Amino acid sequence: MQKAKPIELELAVVNGIELPGHWNRMFEPRVISEYDLSVLDQVTSIEGAESLGYCYQCGKCTAVCPVDTVGDYSPRKVFRRTQLGASLIDSPDLWLCTTCRNCLRVCPKEVNMIEIMPAVREQAVLEGKAPEELLTAFENTARYGNPLGEPPRKRADWVKAAEVPVPVMSQHKAPVDVLWFVECYPSYHPRGKDASVALARLFNALGIEFGILGTEEKCSGDSQRMAGEKGLFDMLAEHNIKMLSKYQFNQIVVTDPHAFNAFLHEYPKYGGEWPVQHYTQFLAPLIDQMNLTRPIPKKVTFHDPCYLGRHNGEYEAPRNLLKAIPELDLVEMGHCRETAYCCGGGGGGMWLDSFVRDYTSQRLSEKRVREAVEYGADILAVTCPYEVSRFEDAVKSTGNTGKLEVKDIAELLAYSAQLI
Amino acid sequence: MRILVLSKSVPDLVEELALDEDNGELLHDDMTYVPSEWDDHALEEALLLKEEVGAEVTVLAVDTGDVDNMLFTALAKGADHAVKLTGDFDLATSNRKRAQAIANYLRDNTFDLVLSGVQAIDDIDGQIPAIVAGLLEWPHASVVTEVSIQGEQIHFRQEYGGGLQAEFSAQAPLVLGIQAARKPPRYASIAKVRQMMKSSTVDEIDASADTVPELEIRRFFKPVAAGHAEMIEGDPEEVADRIITILKERKLVRG
Ligand SMILES: Cc1cc2nc3c(=O)[nH]c(=O)nc-3n(C[C@H](O)[C@H](O)[C@H](O)COP(=O)(O)OP(=O)(O)OC[C@H]3O[C@@H](n4cnc5c(N)ncnc54)[C@H](O)[C@@H]3O)c2cc1C
Ligand code: SF4
Ligand code: SF4
Repeated sequence: MQKAKPIELELAVVNGIELPGHWNRMFEPRVISEYDLSVLDQVTSIEGAESLGYCYQCGKCTAVCPVDTVGDYSPRKVFRRTQLGASLIDSPDLWLCTTCRNCLRVCPKEVNMIEIMPAVREQAVLEGKAPEELLTAFENTARYGNPLGEPPRKRADWVKAAEVPVPVMSQHKAPVDVLWFVECYPSYHPRGKDASVALARLFNALGIEFGILGTEEKCSGDSQRMAGEKGLFDMLAEHNIKMLSKYQFNQIVVTDPHAFNAFLHEYPKYGGEWPVQHYTQFLAPLIDQMNLTRPIPKKVTFHDPCYLGRHNGEYEAPRNLLKAIPELDLVEMGHCRETAYCCGGGGGGMWLDSFVRDYTSQRLSEKRVREAVEYGADILAVTCPYEVSRFEDAVKSTGNTGKLEVKDIAELLAYSAQLI
Repeated sequence: MRILVLSKSVPDLVEELALDEDNGELLHDDMTYVPSEWDDHALEEALLLKEEVGAEVTVLAVDTGDVDNMLFTALAKGADHAVKLTGDFDLATSNRKRAQAIANYLRDNTFDLVLSGVQAIDDIDGQIPAIVAGLLEWPHASVVTEVSIQGEQIHFRQEYGGGLQAEFSAQAPLVLGIQAARKPPRYASIAKVRQMMKSSTVDEIDASADTVPELEIRRFFKPVAAGHAEMIEGDPEEVADRIITILKERKLVRG
């Protein structure tokens, strides 16, 4: 048997104090690992999934994983089950992680579910072992450029409701300051469209020179990538970069934190490198010009989207915008900022609702809505397009209709600026 | 066992159909085309047979433009060969003519079993498999499920009214119109499809353009609605009141 490689540093220096680790490192496999590890080896030999093998069962992830609070799943359990020989590719565990990144925040061994999950899921998709509903979302995205299966030609139809100019780049024929990457749910979902209309009016009121790709835009593909369809992501990234490259603009502004993540970290690998901001980051410095006069005398709590907060470190911009609205009382939930709970929509969760239902006691969105109600909020403010629909459904299913409203920050701002 | 799967692309109903109402013509070039759903089932059934008895699966499309992606997807799913019949074809080419080209191909190439979707949205009486079988004087069955290979025999099922099932056996060669595969059609990952585009080829075969007896489409049109449903607006109480009034007016409630 091969000798285990120590992963700990031989010598760590913390605040100037030397912490030698030589006396404490595991150089020889102990009795506990002297059984058949072939199943674990199969998983950790997949490129991207190596770090699953680093787990030393401390259980810190179990304490923070949003799925474990409603089910029986955490990275610690994934490792242990795999170590004991249960195939991850055939296990429902493989589809429960929402890639919320909370475990990675606390894991002392950097067991990285954000890389493990997409890598192993890709293998499962190849082997035809992915849940049917997820494959439908993949197929829709490949065929129509959006996971909802909506007609690609109608991608920009929402602009009619905006009743303000929303230039489409192919017709605009002039450079713009901001290329607004709208994304799928804000283009098609009824509640997503409400936020798009609000944002379009805010942009107009602020005199921003902006344009959208319209029917030339396709899904950014980031969640499909996390759900195991890397090839689809490649195709979408190449398409979007090709379309964006036709036009002149200074920066990209996105509605969707998942698109934000793609533009920030992934598209540059495909040659698509532009300055990109989430719309809350773009608007926050413009608060003084937004004419936020109409008060919202309500208790509002904010749900940090995983891909804006934990993944990309932005916690202040959305809060600054909310605090700028007159009479709005911003209350924080227990799980906020770095420790924010997850809506359940990331990493493919958006398209795995019935699958996940079989392995959880309640939806993550339902748990989150209950928390917002517990903190006495009248409005749950969100800023990720997955969330409005997820939380609104959860408000209904938890019997909180009339108690809690779900609003995109763009909607709250446009309301306060008397634009909607 | 050599299986030929017929596949065609049909207008995508997710987008609105492009119809020139004045001339009663479908504007084929303005519509998006997708693989016919039933053909996906025929392919799945063929691939299941391949897994069970080691059949060799060829997928065929008449080149009506833009069928390559569909053929490469079939290869990515596990088909062994892809064939495109080229010639004087376009999206408006009649099923009769397509069937003729397919039958000609089958005269020159040996296959034991031809599977096709039972119908397509632009062919609601399932013409192609029946005409192909007729031209070749091969046996044919339509609305078929559960195909299996039992030695020299091909077994399959049909469902009749009243929930009655029939099981058939036939000798190859044979043409079947597949209603549904035993499993949902498999997914081909995009990476695999793209890899197929790089690593494999579609055989192009020149198909002679026979003149065939054809029907003439006089016009396409949207049905004219005879009457309209009344949408009852208002809050639940108002809606309930209105429903009760209507029921009373029509004497559908007592008292
Ligand atoms: C997964 C695993 C399994 C193991 N299994 C075995 C086994 O089966 N048999 C065996 O003999 N050994 C085993 N060991 C090793 C054994 O647990 C350790 O060698 C032993 O616990 C070391 O004890 P310690 O008190 O020196 O340090 P630790 O147990 O590491 O205690 C250090 C403590 O100091 C605290 N601390 C650190 N820094 C600070 C600070 N700046 N301020 C305040 N507090 C601080 C830490 O929070 C911690 O509580 C295992 C270790 C691991 C990780
Ligand atoms: S990323 Fe989130 S959901 Fe996934 S295992 Fe980690 S904590 Fe759980
Ligand atoms: S926090 Fe990391 S090391 Fe600890 S149990 Fe979880 S995955 Fe394993």
